[in-house]
Amino acid sequence: MPSVKMPRKSTDTDMTPFVDVAFLILSFFMLATKFKPPEPVEITTPNSVSTKLLPENDAILVILDSTGKAYFSMLTEKEPGLKYNVIKNMNDTRQLGLTEAEMKNFTRTPMVGVSFGGLKQLLSLAPEDQGKKKWPGIPIQDSANNELYYWIRDAVQAFAGKKINYLIKGDNAAKFPQFKEVLNAFKRNDIYKFQLVTAIEDAPAGTELYAERQKQMQAGKK
Amino acid sequence: MASIDTGGGDSHKKGPGVKKAKKLSTRVDMTPMVDLGFLLITFFIFTTTMSTPSTMDLFMPKDTDKDEEQNKAKESGAMTIILGKDNAVYYYMGQLLPDASNFTPSSFGKIREEIIKKRKEVMAAHVHDEGCKKIWEKNGGDQKSCLDKDFVVVIKPTPDATYKNTVDILDEMAINGVKRFAMVDLFPDELKVVQTTEGTLPSAAPATAAPAK
Repeated sequence: MPSVKMPRKSTDTDMTPFVDVAFLILSFFMLATKFKPPEPVEITTPNSVSTKLLPENDAILVILDSTGKAYFSMLTEKEPGLKYNVIKNMNDTRQLGLTEAEMKNFTRTPMVGVSFGGLKQLLSLAPEDQGKKKWPGIPIQDSANNELYYWIRDAVQAFAGKKINYLIKGDNAAKFPQFKEVLNAFKRNDIYKFQLVTAIEDAPAGTELYAERQKQMQAGKK
Repeated sequence: MASIDTGGGDSHKKGPGVKKAKKLSTRVDMTPMVDLGFLLITFFIFTTTMSTPSTMDLFMPKDTDKDEEQNKAKESGAMTIILGKDNAVYYYMGQLLPDASNFTPSSFGKIREEIIKKRKEVMAAHVHDEGCKKIWEKNGGDQKSCLDKDFVVVIKPTPDATYKNTVDILDEMAINGVKRFAMVDLFPDELKVVQTTEGTLPSAAPATAAPAK
């Protein structure tokens, strides 16, 4: 009786489905990734239970780093012209002696961390190189010479008529007096509503807010 | 799979001098491609920021020197929280006594209980008055909405407090549903008490006594 011959199976496995999945995941991540804009300073924001999302446009952002240095930034992705107006106005009123190219450069500058005197130095660098250097921060300590106030004032003027969000992004380790000076700079511009940038955290179980959120969720289901 | 036929095939015999072209496999080695694919996946996984930052609203009052424009708080419903050095928290109810006997050290873990306790006390002692009608109207006639109207938390960060402490305590207000709170500068005599406490006690002092009335 002839023995039954088992067909010899190839040891090669077909990798095609595997590769398919791999590239599917790859394309997902490529599309889902949103690169963070380059930030010259590393900020670890505190957590809060707030669930409001961060607005990405039409906002004035003041960054306070761990050593208490303040940086000013405008989120105007849709209209870079606004930033140009701000720097043009600033150059004219303060005789900063900026060239046209430097003012154009400002529209791509992620954030300003220098006093008015140091602006020329900052803007003479390409935006990509600005992050590599350490900047002294905008002078805020002295309330008589709070330059942040002028930045905010000019930015508000440039935004004229739009609804602006005032964002403050502080580092965990930043001290309160600097934060207060930042608030003062806003307050002097008659701005009293701020949004503090935080990371999301769940409401602790058993508290008032937790109960309220549970109620909202149940109401939503019904 | 699409493939290019490279094999000449040996259907027709060639002369003895003609070398037979080697039959190349149509299978492409996929390993480098897969390697690269996974390298990119890892790269994108690490660079992706999935957690979107949120924002927390903060409303500050306008600075005013005029007495009539300033908000008044009832002493019975006031609780003052002072943020000190190294995450220390202190609190007192009503006004600070001259001998600072109602000045109590606490911590971020324990302050929530104190806030809830004080809020309950204020709500229990509440008597409806004229001001309540406005609040009821605002909340669609909810009679309970007026209960904690006298409860005011005053937050006073010292110069040693960090931004994180400030945000944490504001968060605590949101967590406990405290609707009336204010961030105010420290008085010099309060600062003195804080400093003497910090000089003598370890900074993370546990809450000891019940709040003095």
